[in-house]
Amino acid sequence: MALPSTEDIIDDLSFFDDWEDKYKYIIDLGKSLPAFDDEWRTAERLVKGCQSSAWIQPGNAHDEKKGELLTFSVDSDAIIVRGLLGLVLAALDRKTPQEILDFDVSGYFEELDLERHLSPTRGNGLRSIVSRIKGIAQAAV
Amino acid sequence: MSFDVDAVRAQFPILKREIDGKPLIYLDNAATTQKPQCVIDALVDYYTTCNSNVHRGAHRLADEATRNFEAARDIIKDFMNAPKREEVIWTTGTTEGINIVANGLASLLSPEDEVIATQMDHHANLVTWQQACKASGATLRTIPVTDDGELDQAAYEAMLSEKTRFVAFPHVSNALGTINPIKEMTAKAKAVDALVLVDGAQGAAHGWVDVQDIDCDFYVLSGHKLYGPMGIGVLWGRESVLESWPVWRTGGEMISTVTLQDATWNVLPYRFEAGTPNVADAIAMGEAVRWFSALDQAGVAAHEKALLDHATKLAEEFEGLTIIGKAKSKIGVLSFVLDMGHPADIGFLLDRQGIAVRTGDHCAQPLMARFNVPGTARASFSIYNTLEEIDAFFAALKKVRTMLA
Repeated sequence: MALPSTEDIIDDLSFFDDWEDKYKYIIDLGKSLPAFDDEWRTAERLVKGCQSSAWIQPGNAHDEKKGELLTFSVDSDAIIVRGLLGLVLAALDRKTPQEILDFDVSGYFEELDLERHLSPTRGNGLRSIVSRIKGIAQAAV
Repeated sequence: MSFDVDAVRAQFPILKREIDGKPLIYLDNAATTQKPQCVIDALVDYYTTCNSNVHRGAHRLADEATRNFEAARDIIKDFMNAPKREEVIWTTGTTEGINIVANGLASLLSPEDEVIATQMDHHANLVTWQQACKASGATLRTIPVTDDGELDQAAYEAMLSEKTRFVAFPHVSNALGTINPIKEMTAKAKAVDALVLVDGAQGAAHGWVDVQDIDCDFYVLSGHKLYGPMGIGVLWGRESVLESWPVWRTGGEMISTVTLQDATWNVLPYRFEAGTPNVADAIAMGEAVRWFSALDQAGVAAHEKALLDHATKLAEEFEGLTIIGKAKSKIGVLSFVLDMGHPADIGFLLDRQGIAVRTGDHCAQPLMARFNVPGTARASFSIYNTLEEIDAFFAALKKVRTMLA
């Protein structure tokens, strides 16, 4: 399935008053992400957090109008982290390297009121995944 | 004297905190306990009234700081029933205490020697011995853990031989809560003339530590798991062993005489206390131990047992929950996994409900591998927790499982 746009996500999440509904949405988003290929669970793709782990596999796609795009498959053993990675992919998957570099992930997470998940102490690998994606984009521009 | 949990709770200011509008339920006591007001006051009083470097100043503040610092050492000596105050070494915590011993051991071991540790150890009590063995060529053996989370005593006995030079084990497993039979295990090691270190990080806050009764050679503990401040701990070592044990860090108080080419070492305990000691935290740790020791210990033990029994009963009735660690003798630790959700998910969704637990591998990766789990969620109880808090914890956990389903 296609991921919702960041605008839709911001709209959807701002609609919930209750933390439970908000995290249920994130959990559901995590469940809806495409399955991660078992063969990809290798050390090079691993971002180990102290509480949970995450994996990332970069790829490429071509768009008639925009040209070369970067794609990403991601996974985590923790479902909430998988959902948060879904939020990241909604912003950064199938984008040009320049679009990825221009996107303010911290501002986006602040707008979603989820910035605590990006803090270096959370130990979930999310922050490292974001910097890895940014690094791949940097190398591709 | 009796134990009054409300009176104890009232002494911990942090327990009045709210998390996202919900009262804090602090169940991460195996990671660190909260501090009673008297310990916080001891820190403030020290810096307000007598902050000074110890043992060397020719003035009133230095005299008072030194007296309070050494009085704290005496409190710890009595708490551990150590024969001599000189055997009580201030450290930054359990990990440093183990490192002091392991560093010295590395230079005493030969390649034919064997060191025994356990599969249940915290990394601090495993990796240190790995390093000592790597440096010396000695062999490290590890006592396996049974399905219930106990140390396999038959395997331990089979491992002991005249080659065994040193044995290290935890008083209590941080990840499982298992209380190990440390007195019996020490006696077995002594029968082959091995030295014994007991990691008391998790044991000290749950009962009296009597090093003479245990008959070990080293016992290490941390102040912060014993209602005291972070950054302070104690290495107790038998005088006859410690006085010839190789020094670790050099400089400051640990030196006796110095020429440009050589130095001689101070007497115990200062020989292992290089640099300016952590005076304020030592004094506050003394206050924590004084405070804890003044409680009705039978009442404390009965309360902690009631908490564990209640939690275990509710856990056994809880759908989809598996308890990791079912030793017959346990402190108030409930380590578990659910049939859905990673421990990190469980911890996060409990936090959103004001409940603090630890999740992850608990710095015991080999033990997690033994139970074939990536980690667990761990609720650990302390004297200020209540049965009502445990009920609230399971109600919150039920919500977590519904959300993850």
